[in-house]
Amino acid sequence: MNKSTEGVFFLTGKDFAKAGVASSNLKAILEGMGVQPDIIRRAAIAAFEAEVNVIIYAVAGMMHYSITSGMIKIIVQDMGPGIPDIKLAMTEGYSTAPDYIREMGFGSGMGLPNIKRSTDKLTVNSVVGEGTTLEFIINLNKTA
Amino acid sequence: MKLQELVNSLSLEVKTPGMDLNREVTGGYASDLLSDVIGNAKEGSIWITLQVHLNIVAVASLKGLAGIILVNNRMPDGDTLKKASEENIPVMTSPLAAFELIGRLYTLGLRCR
Repeated sequence: MNKSTEGVFFLTGKDFAKAGVASSNLKAILEGMGVQPDIIRRAAIAAFEAEVNVIIYAVAGMMHYSITSGMIKIIVQDMGPGIPDIKLAMTEGYSTAPDYIREMGFGSGMGLPNIKRSTDKLTVNSVVGEGTTLEFIINLNKTA
Repeated sequence: MKLQELVNSLSLEVKTPGMDLNREVTGGYASDLLSDVIGNAKEGSIWITLQVHLNIVAVASLKGLAGIILVNNRMPDGDTLKKASEENIPVMTSPLAAFELIGRLYTLGLRCR
């Protein structure tokens, strides 16, 4: 795969009707580029979780992706409440989601751990009152 | 096993009319937590859940699942069925509780793989 592409999806907080649209579109782009199924599977998991986090917690955000011959790099930036304790937020099962979100089957505290497991590198930066930026990378040529 | 065989054997009610049920079901996964399904369900599996809102369709579509069975006669939201038709994800219902339904799926030979 020698092509490169990049783009951005805009995400709106609490717009659950659109949850998954950005990650589905990203998946379709990767499929169109002929990326290996296992890589696409991992990218879709990470993108979905990051997208849902913005929709659950933030007012708005954006998902920027860039795909090169070497890697998929995704940056998800939101205008949200921010994460006071990132280490705690990375703990499997820890969640601050309200009850109505949990009743929908979201907010089980598996989102960030799922992203970490599915990617080769994850960086989380957050400022309370300003927002959170997630950057993650999936290498493409590991098994090539 | 074909989805149509599951529908027949378990008397499932298909809520998404006009969809091709001649697709292969290669396994099963049961969970009501979307992150669990996103992280762990395998492509081609049938998903057993009590969640009825439209995000289950996004999850099933993203994971390439064979379909969704709602237990305890829970009825899918209208939005869910609309989205399911768009995404070509069959949604079925059963009056059985999850434990009972999953037991029967297991007996029919389906496994979580």
